[in-house]
Amino acid sequence: MALINTISIWLIPMIICFILVYGTFKRVPTYESFVEGGKEGIKLSFSIIPYLVGMMVAITVFRASGALEYFIGLLKPVLQLIGVPGEIVPLALMRPLSGTGALSITSDLIATHGPDSFIGQLASTMQGSTDTTFYVLTVYFGAVGIRKMGDALKVGLLADIVGIIASIVIVTLVFG
Amino acid sequence: MVNIIWVLIFVVSILFAAINGTMDEVNKAVFTGAKEGVTICFGLISILVFWLGLMKIAEKAGLLDSLARVFRPFISKLFPEVPKDHPAMGYILSNMVANMFGLGNAATPMGIKAMEQLKKLNNNQDYASRSMITFLAINTSSITLIPTTVIAIRLNYDSVSPGEIVGTTILATLCSTVGAILIDRYFYYRRSRR
Repeated sequence: MALINTISIWLIPMIICFILVYGTFKRVPTYESFVEGGKEGIKLSFSIIPYLVGMMVAITVFRASGALEYFIGLLKPVLQLIGVPGEIVPLALMRPLSGTGALSITSDLIATHGPDSFIGQLASTMQGSTDTTFYVLTVYFGAVGIRKMGDALKVGLLADIVGIIASIVIVTLVFG
Repeated sequence: MVNIIWVLIFVVSILFAAINGTMDEVNKAVFTGAKEGVTICFGLISILVFWLGLMKIAEKAGLLDSLARVFRPFISKLFPEVPKDHPAMGYILSNMVANMFGLGNAATPMGIKAMEQLKKLNNNQDYASRSMITFLAINTSSITLIPTTVIAIRLNYDSVSPGEIVGTTILATLCSTVGAILIDRYFYYRRSRR
């Protein structure tokens, strides 16, 4: 545990240091290149704004209207039949939609049930094992101006379902 | 596709609000949602500027090429349409490595650069190519080795063993990534048969 903590603290500064030293060694004009790359970053961040605003409004409205809760209510009894705790359903539905939403549900589940409870372990695993599909899709495709997503959303959401089922099965086998 | 989903989310939500009497909350949500979108983008500025700046140095020093060379056999199986020494390879790899170590902030800029290169390979057309969909599938299922955020939350709530979920997370993430690749392949072959 201490080792993992140390690694995650040291990793970023080490990467920065390595790139800078290696670049200098290879005679790259480091500071000028940094500025050049950084300018691209500014352009990118601004170009993503409309994409992200469009998606964020849709998702917050969906939550605020009570529609999300309705779908959670529909799924709960079905999942409880196969031994999945109903408390986890909101997280499973929120995970692909909103990163901050999912994180707050995870913290809430851990706070109420305890980090070492079954639900706490399941929530932790679920939170760590998939990413926010809508966010990744919006930001990545938005930044480069892809208008037709093709099968990307379908593939992303189906993969989320696989990840959620895998979390439930694995946590049940390991901690259940 | 995205047009229909987007409109559908709004229409369904507003219908629910009408039935549930939550129109007031929906009104507020429109503004908080829009604000959140802009806040995220502004939060991204600092990260994108710093990491894209640093990556420019790495790129010019030839680090991305070396990284791509090491993992080439594995990655070119996943992305058969990307030429072996194309810059997209280096960015795809740095994005994956950053994701693995839970450096979400550093992963986004490299993911965007990878997309940019993949778009160039696709003659700058505005639809998602096969490689782009594969890249997104791998990205959204996120290969994580160290779920740093989750461990931090668990520490916060006095877990006896905050790191105990690392094993289950790696297994689950492996399943979802393998699942994503298989699903992606299935959709690709379905498309190409048409």
